[in-house]
Amino acid sequence: MDAASAVNHQHLVFEDGLALECGVTLARMVVAYQSYGTLNAAKSNAILICHALTGDQYVAETHPITGKRGWWDLVVGPGRPIDTDRFFVVCANVLGGCMGSTGPRSPRDGNPEEPWGTDFPPITIRDMVRAQKKLVDALGITRLFAVVGGSMGGMQVLEWAATYPEAVFAAVPIATAAYHSAQNIAFQEVGRQAIFADPDWEGGRYWASGKIPARGLGIARMAAHITYLSEQALTRKFGRRLQGGEGGLSMFGDIFEVESYLQHQGSTFVRRFDANSYLTITRAMDWFDLAADYDGDLSRAFASNPARFCLISFTSDWLFPTAASRAIVHALNHAAANVSFVEITSDKGHDAFLLEEPDFFRTLAGFLAGCAEHAGIGR
Amino acid sequence: MSDRSDGEVQFVAKNMRLDQRLIAEMIVPGSRVLDIGCGDGSLIEYLYRTRACDARGIEIDMAVVTRAVAHGLPVMQGNADTDLAQYPDGAFDYVVLSRTLQAVGRPREVLSQMLRIGERAIVSFPNFGYWELRWQLLTRGRMPMTSVWGRQWHETPNIHPCTIRDFLALCEEEGYRVEKWLAVDDAGQRAPWRRSVLLANLFGEQALFLLRKRGG
Repeated sequence: MDAASAVNHQHLVFEDGLALECGVTLARMVVAYQSYGTLNAAKSNAILICHALTGDQYVAETHPITGKRGWWDLVVGPGRPIDTDRFFVVCANVLGGCMGSTGPRSPRDGNPEEPWGTDFPPITIRDMVRAQKKLVDALGITRLFAVVGGSMGGMQVLEWAATYPEAVFAAVPIATAAYHSAQNIAFQEVGRQAIFADPDWEGGRYWASGKIPARGLGIARMAAHITYLSEQALTRKFGRRLQGGEGGLSMFGDIFEVESYLQHQGSTFVRRFDANSYLTITRAMDWFDLAADYDGDLSRAFASNPARFCLISFTSDWLFPTAASRAIVHALNHAAANVSFVEITSDKGHDAFLLEEPDFFRTLAGFLAGCAEHAGIGR
Repeated sequence: MSDRSDGEVQFVAKNMRLDQRLIAEMIVPGSRVLDIGCGDGSLIEYLYRTRACDARGIEIDMAVVTRAVAHGLPVMQGNADTDLAQYPDGAFDYVVLSRTLQAVGRPREVLSQMLRIGERAIVSFPNFGYWELRWQLLTRGRMPMTSVWGRQWHETPNIHPCTIRDFLALCEEEGYRVEKWLAVDDAGQRAPWRRSVLLANLFGEQALFLLRKRGG
């Protein structure tokens, strides 16, 4: 048993399962989640955070497996932009994930002795959101004060607003897009092919032999990690600096600092993430095209939507560029929705939404404070 | 229209310009308002807090937008010339363009979009027919420089200056009904020449119009 499944994640079990968009019904569904702050008596101060591809529910606390601090603890906490002294913050591990929610590593329906593995049904961003809705309902929350998320989390925010417009008071899609672009699908495919090419993947049945396709998954992470940064950020962090000072010309080994950094990113990732989960979730992102469910007209996804939206993008993000956010803004304008939109100046690439960006923090905190006033949530 | 409460105005939105106060007086409480070129959002904040309006803003300067959103105001970065086309017909009761008309690329098209997406348009602009500008041009033969027109001709964003008479002519051509208009002097006081366009065009430093489509 690997480290991730040895941890007992806080969770709820839904014995009625979930009917997926692909037509398959999960007979039983587990949603693992963490929460911070206190739900008020009116249950009106809940903020749902949607995590990105390789994120999880450990937003603002030490991660039980990696021992690292929460992935968004700069943003979520007492006195932070998402202030846990004021708001009740919930984050669920996505359906298809590997931190306790039902996913490819969960016991298979009909044969609980075996995990689903590659037989886990294909899931969509909407399936993830519908799983979160069951959690939110179970917590007794009829309307979320806000749904906030970056990257794939932002896709879920958009899906939340479109699917449950009455259950979302404010929506904050950050560094995201209404569909996954061909370029983004292409990068994900490189990652998937790297996993398939690893002999330890064993056709997806690596769990049977207790191996993990560490090389393939590590390479997938390395390729993806490049897309999360920017040329400026890489140059600033590493430039052309060499590992261990001056060395002679050689072909192999990590010669440049940037190589060693990427390899480190790859090798630490495989310890916490399941390869089949990675395949499942990247596919869910690839399938995402919100407008497709509305005859190709994105504005129809937001028709008469009462939510207050705040779109945020970053100047150096080339994975989910500002143009993708602006396209969402235009669709929201077309639907006459209430929308704020800011592009934050940063050289940190797509990862900027996870890092110290004072203008981003001020924007997020101010937007939420303004919405809280409209929603009548006291200090 | 004379229920000005300056003390409250200064308290609520101390950054609000005088022309914005005059604009606020034209807006019926509880209206849906879009403020194009809203700057830091002082007008939309005022309209929300004192007139219960659903007021939103568009601003081109990203740093200013960031400040406005961080202040809790619904403001999006956008461009009057390109971003109005997205809105549906009749989405707002009022669309405001304060001291921005002279800076947009296609003023005629922007006005037409404003009166498509809003029932009424409120437009304010610095009047290029103001006597001091005429005097400077006449006596010095150089582009005028005043507190309102304070930037060199090659640096100014105000690429489409016009006079009150120019604007009235455009409204006539486009079929817009002028429901209200007034000219103000440099202190923002409403000028006493309201019955004479010629005098207003000479002595009004700024002008303010409430427009509607004819037959609308």
